Amino acid sequence: MDDGPDFLSEEDRGPRAVNVDLQTDATLQVDISDALSERDKVKFTVHTKSTLPSFKQNEFSVVRQHEEFIWLHDSFVENDDYAGYIIPPAPPRPDFDASREKLQKLGEGEGSMTKEEFTKMKQELEAEYLAIFKKTVAMHEVFLCRVAAHPVLRKDLNFHVFLEYNQDLSVRGKNKKEKLEDFFKNVVKSADGVLVAGVKDVDDFFEHEKTFLLEYHNRVKDASAKSDKMIRSHKSNCTSSRILSCSLTRFFLKVSELFEKTRKIEARVAADEDLKLADLLKYYLRESQAAKDLLYRRGRALVDYENANKALDKARAKNKDVLQAETSQQLCCQKFEKISESAKQELIDFKTRRVAAFRKNLVELAELELKHAKGNLQLLQSCLGVLKGDT
Amino acid sequence: MATSSERSPPPFPESEDQEPDPDPADGDSDEGEDIFTGNSKPAEIKAERHQPPVDVTAKLQRDIPSSDPLGDLDGSGANKKPARDGRQADLFTEPRSDIFSEEAAARPARPGPASGSNANSSSKSNGIHSDEEQDIFAEATVELSLDSPHSERKETPKPVTSTESSVAVQPSAPKTALKTMAELEEEESEDKFELNISITNPEKVGDGMNAYMAYQVSTQTSLPMFRSKSFTVKRRFSDFLGLYEKLSEKHAQNGYIVPPPPEKSILGMTKVKVGKEDPSSAEFVERRRAALERYLQRVVAHPSLLQDPDVREFLERDELPRAVNTQALSGAGFLKMINRATDAVSKMTIKMNESDIWFEEKLQEVESEDQQLRKLHGVVESLVNHRKDLSINTAVFAKSVAMLGSSEDNTALSRALSQLAEVEDRMEQLHQEQASSDFFVFAELLADYIRLLGGVRGCFDQRMKTWQRWQDAQVTLQKKRENEARLLWANKPDKLQQAKEEIAEWENKVTQYEADFERISTTVRKEVLRFEKEKARDFKNQIMKYLESLLHSQQQLIKYWEAFLPEAKAIA
Repeated sequence: MDDGPDFLSEEDRGPRAVNVDLQTDATLQVDISDALSERDKVKFTVHTKSTLPSFKQNEFSVVRQHEEFIWLHDSFVENDDYAGYIIPPAPPRPDFDASREKLQKLGEGEGSMTKEEFTKMKQELEAEYLAIFKKTVAMHEVFLCRVAAHPVLRKDLNFHVFLEYNQDLSVRGKNKKEKLEDFFKNVVKSADGVLVAGVKDVDDFFEHEKTFLLEYHNRVKDASAKSDKMIRSHKSNCTSSRILSCSLTRFFLKVSELFEKTRKIEARVAADEDLKLADLLKYYLRESQAAKDLLYRRGRALVDYENANKALDKARAKNKDVLQAETSQQLCCQKFEKISESAKQELIDFKTRRVAAFRKNLVELAELELKHAKGNLQLLQSCLGVLKGDT
Repeated sequence: MATSSERSPPPFPESEDQEPDPDPADGDSDEGEDIFTGNSKPAEIKAERHQPPVDVTAKLQRDIPSSDPLGDLDGSGANKKPARDGRQADLFTEPRSDIFSEEAAARPARPGPASGSNANSSSKSNGIHSDEEQDIFAEATVELSLDSPHSERKETPKPVTSTESSVAVQPSAPKTALKTMAELEEEESEDKFELNISITNPEKVGDGMNAYMAYQVSTQTSLPMFRSKSFTVKRRFSDFLGLYEKLSEKHAQNGYIVPPPPEKSILGMTKVKVGKEDPSSAEFVERRRAALERYLQRVVAHPSLLQDPDVREFLERDELPRAVNTQALSGAGFLKMINRATDAVSKMTIKMNESDIWFEEKLQEVESEDQQLRKLHGVVESLVNHRKDLSINTAVFAKSVAMLGSSEDNTALSRALSQLAEVEDRMEQLHQEQASSDFFVFAELLADYIRLLGGVRGCFDQRMKTWQRWQDAQVTLQKKRENEARLLWANKPDKLQQAKEEIAEWENKVTQYEADFERISTTVRKEVLRFEKEKARDFKNQIMKYLESLLHSQQQLIKYWEAFLPEAKAIA
């Protein structure tokens, strides 16, 4: 396998328009055609088009929930056969809490603001909710597409069940005991250490990025919200205050219009930055975690292999259970080699993918920033021109 | 100014003719001086209502050939100028004549009697202080419009020595034949600022809790009423407050809007005193410096306040007596607080019969505008804070992107990431600058106007007080009359005489107070109009400046991202 373009499907971080650049064959195409947001869960309609013989039909859809995606992911992780592959990271839990809270607060504070303000804020919050919704759908879709694109994972039985079985999978979330088990496993993992330093570093700094970006974008959004408030009071300032002479009122009106527009642009800037930069980094954080896991597994396999070797030597020395030791040593050897083989390829692919994704997103980010800045500039220039002409 | 003292006014043939004349005029130096000040005063005063005086001068100048007495006046005036020590700089330069001719022509067009009456009322209003020059001038106007120059000469009251006014009218006034109101206004606006004030160089003087910041106040002016063209003095914050106290004592009761100074800030000053060199105290000092500068500029922009000798003293005098009664905890401070309390109470109890609806409307507008400005100010402040936050976060982000870039092994990507870090770094600075511009240009403007509106409200209150005084006087007069009637009925001749005297006295008072009220009403009206004009201009200018700063930031942003784009594209 060369560093094919096949695995460049991760770049689609945008909303529903997922132009998944899967391999050219149409043997398996997966997408999320619809999604419904209910009180505390989201129902995804997973739509599959396939020419593979293993499926009963060529095209079919099922309804899945987030927990089922997680089940699928975990089944991959726990499957030893896939130890040598980077398992596509699980999609994050749909989190509408913040948005819902805001909507609620807005509803409560309805009396304290003007009708106009209220409808505006409501629209904004609804748009925000919608954006989060779209993002979560996209994340789930990307996960499925990655699985479908992977030459080995796509053949997984659980995956097929996931795609086809149109009854409820009755996947239950992990109960407490299992969660505790997971926790210990993680501790052991980190204690074991990781091999490739490069990946580790990158991972750490992705972690950094994520935190700061989140704050950053909150700030930008806040700033645009504040400037919105400012425009609104500008507007009310000039409509209700007759003390301003006619020209000054017009002046203020124009200025407030200007601020309204620039605020919209700034909001878009914030959204774009969020999309291109924050999401990119968040996704690669998860992917690099998956890569780390792969390396860990390889490390474990190596340790097992070495242990098996030692045990074999001991057995040979004592001349007891030699056959048993030999078979286990063989197994470990095979496992290790298998993992190593695929791991190398996977990691190289991962790097390529990453670089390409970064390139695409950074270029798009820069272009969008430029576009918006130019838009802002134009607005300001025209407004200033009009105002100067007025006086 | 001194340099021009010896210059004789060559371009005026009339003045040459009048060479011998100055002697008699010189003889009554007092009067001549007044006339002269009468001539020149008008030009210096920039307010609209002083336009007539300019015209006066014009008429004087031009009508020289036509009317002798005026010519005399002018001649003496003209020659007075060089005789005096460098008072007039530009009064009698050639272009002047043009202006004056125009003005003279337009003179009849001017609402003479109206301005005359205004001038008259203002003459009565101004007290003993330097504003009297206006009186002379106003009276001169009146007299000339009635075409009796001689009476003008006799009418001039005692000389005003404090101001040696100079005509600062620019010779660049439009040279059209007919001078219209618009042109006069234009000229008035060209009269503007012959006076530039800047406050620089805040220095900490002294140590510990007795330390204070000394600011350098530099003035550049071509107004002859100052001793030199440019001078600098050191002032501290309490000096500014003292100036405000003095000005408001004198003028507020006449209905002038005295610009309020920036607020005291115990916390801010304590930090400075203690000597903390952190950016917040530097910002505080800068903020105060800018506010003081704007305050002084507003004070001198007000034509009547500029005439006040206290203002001049403030700008010129090297050592000012310490204004102790501005301290918050002094006796004077307490007295002020008590006064303010009583004022507030009386404001609530006085219910004025508003005869002129204009005032009521205006007051309402002022109130609502005040509210709006406060809201807006709050929002702008939060915007500033958010931008500051944004810049902090951007800085942190830039650092971590840099680290990410350094750990990335793909060289092109690594380079791109470090470029991104640089871009974000620059954006941080940009945001920082934008925040401070937001603040200094916009938020401070709003804060200033909120304070100024307080001043406007104050002058409305003064008017109400004057009205109250008038009403009270009327009531007293009524009582006295009743008293007289009773005495008449009771037939007590001796007390009757006294009663009659009292009645006469109170009748006078009533008329005086009524006139006061009329006067203050007019003053308030004028002041409010002037204030509105100034405010419109101020807001426009500042907001445009603010928008321009926004524009600039966007341009910078574009530059940075354009530089980054090729790097991003170069990632292989």
